[in-house]
Formats: sequence, structure tokens, C-alpha cells
Amino acid sequence: MSIALEDARIDVGRRSYLGLRIEHAERSLASKRVISGFGFWIFLLSDIVMFSAFFAAYAVLSGETAGGPSGKDLFDLNRVALETACLLLSSFACGVASIGARARSDFMYYGAMTATALLGAAFLFLEIREFAGMIALGAGPTRSAFLTSFFALVGCHGLHVTLGLLWLLTMMAQVFAKGYRADIMRRVLCFGLFWHTLDIIWVGIFTVVYLMELAK
Amino acid sequence: MSDTETGLHLHDSDLAPGDERADGREIAEGIRGYLVGLGLATLITVVAFIVSGTSLVWQPSIPIALVVLAIAQMGIHLVFFLHITTGAESLNNMLALMFGLLIVVLLIVGSLWIMTHLNHNMMPIERIIQMQH
Repeated sequence: MSIALEDARIDVGRRSYLGLRIEHAERSLASKRVISGFGFWIFLLSDIVMFSAFFAAYAVLSGETAGGPSGKDLFDLNRVALETACLLLSSFACGVASIGARARSDFMYYGAMTATALLGAAFLFLEIREFAGMIALGAGPTRSAFLTSFFALVGCHGLHVTLGLLWLLTMMAQVFAKGYRADIMRRVLCFGLFWHTLDIIWVGIFTVVYLMELAK
Repeated sequence: MSDTETGLHLHDSDLAPGDERADGREIAEGIRGYLVGLGLATLITVVAFIVSGTSLVWQPSIPIALVVLAIAQMGIHLVFFLHITTGAESLNNMLALMFGLLIVVLLIVGSLWIMTHLNHNMMPIERIIQMQH
């Protein structure tokens, strides 16, 4: 009885294995666009894993102020709301730019990319002013473990936004110089994924770093 | 570089799905998708900012509410902005995301769990100073 069952299982397994092979042979290979999107998504996930280490460090150290200022003394909710609005709108503009590129519409692509860049730059400006203000108050990254982990986490995100802005300008220049070529379009796609991922990480930051601290 | 790379000598029908030029209907659909995403994300963000400062609810529930809202917003970003869905074309992306999430949860929850226990079991610093005298 049990042998018969095992035989049947092997049979079913083999058939489905063959079925999978036939199905795979019938389907054409995924397009380069899908493959490069997947590859870049793997990179982004590794970046998210790296950020999660910074988040873990911050979550562990956020109370260790060493007698120095805590988040409640330093954070300004209005500025955080403004930063969040800038990044969310720039993420939206980036999506519009990717549609503009697919539609080969210069006006939509360059217009939306410019909006993305300006909103991203506004975010960075607000963040740099926040950092400068904190350092001027003597609350720099060397003051306490809380501030070290704060500057590491938020600064790492800011660094990503800075690099993203450079990439954004490069993509505008490449489309201008080379047109909406298939390989350039794949880079535009990857840039979009990168920019949207930065917004996802910012959601984590404004929740864990700012709102949690002010809710205490 | 080959002709398929430059795309100069190609007709739209030779391109893979998704590589061809978008028409008016696709543009409208795409914009609508991003607008829905923007609307939902804005809504959740506003709720999160209000919840963080409210005194109307039981205070220890606020951090949990904030975490739930953040996860919901991340999901909205994934679906409407990054287009990571459960569709057939996106299956590999979804599997990679699941594995990434597993690592992220292990890292954050594991760190917090271990460090809270260590903190709990550690001798207060005053006691250590007392013992040295």
C-alpha cells in the first residue's frame, strides 16, 4: 500500500516536472526590462537590509542620551511634516516622469524630473539645516549614543537622496543626449525604483525616529 | 551596440511588452495609479502625524498604531509606486521582497529582543561602583 502510494507520488512529481519544462520552453524569456528591474530590486533589498541595521541600532540606543538633549528637545514636527511632504510629492513626480518617458513626451519627462529634483533638493536643504542647527546647539553626533545613531540613520538616508539627485540629473542628461533608447529607458526605470525606495525608508524614519519620540 | 539596443530601426511591434511607447489611455491609467497612491499615502501620513500628538487614546497604544500605519504606507508605496504586486511578471520580485522582509524582521526584532534582555539583566551602575570600594 505504502509502496504504491510512493510510486504514485513520484509519477505525479515527474509529470509536473515535465509540465514545468514544457511550459518554460513555450514561454519566451522575460524581457531585458523585467530582468534589469529584478536585478536592481535585489540591490535595493540589500540596501533596505543595511538600513534595517541602522534602524535596529537607533531603536536600541534612542534612550541613551548620556545626560544630553533627547529627541523631544531637538525635533521640530513642522519641519518633519514639510520634509515628508517634499519627499512624497517628489516620489509622485518621479512616477509621472517615468510615464512621460514611456510616452516619449519631452514636456512630461523633463518637467516631472525637474519637479522631482527641486523637491528632493528642498528636502535635503531642510535636513541639512536641521543637522546644522543641532550641531550648533552642541548636539552633534559625538554628544551621545542616541545622537550617534540618529545622525548615522538619518544621515545615511540623506546621503542616498544626494546620490539619487546626482543620478536624476545624469538621467535627464542621458535622455537629452541619447533619446528614449531601450537601454536608457531601463536606467530610468531603475532610477524610479531607487527614488521610490528612498521614500519607503523615509516612512520608517519619520515614524520610528520622529513620531515615536514625540509620542513618548 | 546592436540594433535592438539602439531601438532606431525597430517598429513598436518588435518590442517586448512594456517596452513599447505608451498611448493616451496608458498615460491616463498610469497617472491615475500614481494619484491614488499619492492620495492614500498622504491620508496615512496625516493620520500618523495626528495620532502621534493626540491625547484622546490610551497612550501605550500610540507606538503600535504608528508602526501599523507605517507598514500600511510602505505597502501602498510598494503597490502603487514600485508596482511590486502578486502578478505573474512580478513573482520573482515578490519572492525577493519576502526574503528581504524576513531578514529585516530578524535583524530589528532580534536586536531589540536581545538588547532589552541584556539591559534588564545588567547590574545597575551604582551597584558596580559600590562593589569596587
